[in-house]
Amino acid sequence: MASVPSKLYSDDVSLLVVLIDTNPFFWGGVNTTNASSSLSFSTFIAHVLSFINSILLLNQLSQVVVIATGVNSCNYIYDSSSQTVTENSENGIIPARSSQILRKLEEFVSADEQLSKDLSQARVFSLLSGSLSLALCYIQRVFRTGSLHPQPRILCLQGSPDGPEQYVAVMNAIFSAQRSMVPIDSCVIGSQHSAFLQQASYITAGVYLKPQHLDGLFQYLSTVFATDLLSRSVLELPKPAGVDFRASCFCHKKTIDMGYICSVCLSIFCKHHKKCSTCGSVFGEAHPEVTSTSDKKRKTPMA
Amino acid sequence: MSNKYITSVEERRLNGEDREDEEDDDEGNEKGMEAWERAYADERSWESLQEDESGLLRPIDNSSLHHAQYRRRLRALSAASSTARIQKGLIRYLYIVIDFSRAAKEMDIRPSRGVVVAKHVEAFIREFFDQNPLSHIGLITLKDGIAQCLTDLGGSPDSHIKALMGKLEFSGDASLQNALDLVHGYLNQIPSYGHREVLILYSALSTCDPGDIMDTIQKCKKSKIRCSVVGLSAEMYICKHLCQETGGSYTVALDESHFKELVLEHAPPPPAIAEFAVSNLIKMGFPQRAAEGVISICACHKEAKVGGGYTCPRCKARVCELPTECQICGLTLVSSPHLARSYHHLFPITTFNEVASSSFNNPQHKLPKTCFGCQQTLPLPGKKPSLRVACPKCNQHFCLDCDIYIHESLHNCPGCESQNSKAVTEE
Ligand SMILES: [Zn+2]
Ligand SMILES: [Zn+2]
Ligand SMILES: [Zn+2]
Ligand SMILES: [Zn+2]
Ligand SMILES: [Zn+2]
Ligand SMILES: [Zn+2]
Repeated sequence: MASVPSKLYSDDVSLLVVLIDTNPFFWGGVNTTNASSSLSFSTFIAHVLSFINSILLLNQLSQVVVIATGVNSCNYIYDSSSQTVTENSENGIIPARSSQILRKLEEFVSADEQLSKDLSQARVFSLLSGSLSLALCYIQRVFRTGSLHPQPRILCLQGSPDGPEQYVAVMNAIFSAQRSMVPIDSCVIGSQHSAFLQQASYITAGVYLKPQHLDGLFQYLSTVFATDLLSRSVLELPKPAGVDFRASCFCHKKTIDMGYICSVCLSIFCKHHKKCSTCGSVFGEAHPEVTSTSDKKRKTPMA
Repeated sequence: MSNKYITSVEERRLNGEDREDEEDDDEGNEKGMEAWERAYADERSWESLQEDESGLLRPIDNSSLHHAQYRRRLRALSAASSTARIQKGLIRYLYIVIDFSRAAKEMDIRPSRGVVVAKHVEAFIREFFDQNPLSHIGLITLKDGIAQCLTDLGGSPDSHIKALMGKLEFSGDASLQNALDLVHGYLNQIPSYGHREVLILYSALSTCDPGDIMDTIQKCKKSKIRCSVVGLSAEMYICKHLCQETGGSYTVALDESHFKELVLEHAPPPPAIAEFAVSNLIKMGFPQRAAEGVISICACHKEAKVGGGYTCPRCKARVCELPTECQICGLTLVSSPHLARSYHHLFPITTFNEVASSSFNNPQHKLPKTCFGCQQTLPLPGKKPSLRVACPKCNQHFCLDCDIYIHESLHNCPGCESQNSKAVTEE
């Protein structure tokens, strides 16, 4: 941050934090199971690299930070504000930057894989809550530099399905982003929609998109997600095709659309329990819809 | 109302001489002061100064204040986590009683007590619904010796704020007893799992009651209504007695910023006392939001609407707004993010420890050079107290700024979220 304090930031200068899903279970399986819209990890990275390079070419003051979302760890891969030495290499800036990102990414993926070998059971879910938390910490650091800073936003490139046990952590991160007015854009490259990212983009006023044709990923990235926050007010960006507001139950980490709420702590359960596992309250006999009887009279005039 | 009598008032000086004088002969003061004198008296510019060690006057240092506030909250946090699984009363039914008697015209806080109170009640209502989803607020005003219900209990912040801002007129006396009687009548009807609370914002120094207020206080105590008062003038015995009897808190504001702080203290859910509410499991649905541009007929207004709207998961009826109750099948419908806003109360993250300087010399430990959260370079150990903290669970190191952000806003440890041991142990 120290390298750019004196530069004047206009309102179209962006700080883009890109979260890349490196889940080997997703990238390993995508070619075999879903041949029609397949995208290999290397083609995916090629699209993303072109996108990152084009962002930095659009405006010299713009800044890009890349964070990898693994299955056992998350880490910073690239920060355009701290790269000064490598950019003087003989091949020019762009190839040097690309090879640097590729090298760091490779290191990260093999380290992440090493961790899953150590553990008894590997998980299929990527640690979205971790990389979102890192991105928000980084953005807070940019806010601390004073009133002049690039406009931050987060772009999640997510392929693997949501990890229901991350529900509370992901929601915490979303609310913190909303409070700091940081939009979370989501580009879902997996086969199914992500309820986490639908909510994240809806709550933080970001863009949610699940591209139809993955071989044109760069096109989607550059036309939708390259737009800075100022231009968004005048552009017709994709509108969400509905938002999945389902929650995860605390007892089985299952995604549910109907459930029981503890009146003391608001924990969500998928079925009736005798005792709340979060706060320890003991429940009386089941009053499935106790509010509907006594509240009806007062609620109607409000509606 | 013929048999009025004024309850005895015990005053205590709180803020030195100036406040006292203004209460006593306010009329005389206003006439006796020149315009330029009034400007100083109104602005209270001396309050934003403090004396440094050599006796010079300096503006109050806000950064040290901020850090002290953080430390205080951190201590409260660690106290809460040590008594694990604290119960919080998260479904609250709160009446805010606002004193709009002639005392609210006082201008010791500019532009007047009443206007300042209304301004901070607005902020409070928003904060309250942020922290207490599914809770309800009602507004009551005190004016001309009577208590009047301004808004019924409801969950929409905007309707309360709109009603309040349209009613900023101050006159007559305030009556605590009338307010408590009115609130008692309303709060007696609410479901048993709800927490009954009253927050009284009291400007006056007396209460003008039609009967024995002590009976009313006992009635509230019996109905388990927790009454709290934030005073704007001096401490009053009757308020203190009311709060003591019903388990509420009584505070008196010194100035506007202090008042704001005192009011906002009532926004986080109070620790639930087991006997105060019966715990229950309530069945609820989490509807999906329909795509923009889809036309459908809603069940609540019976009109065709374009876009937005939510679908009841049980009967698939369309409703316009959340939270609500499905008009067709009666299921309570809430938006799950609304609930999730309070989950950080349930799973507070542990306090980070300062990294002891002894561990710096340990050759086995390779110290991280940067903050795990924001990548800022961490200073190496000096003689000063440690400038880095570590999470006791994941052992990652963080800078102090990240420490504050993580505990005050994010409520996630980036280190713990970036490792998988948690998920594996659950298997
Ligand atoms: Zn369950
Ligand atoms: Zn509970
Ligand atoms: Zn409707
Ligand atoms: Zn229904
Ligand atoms: Zn940091
Ligand atoms: Zn941790």
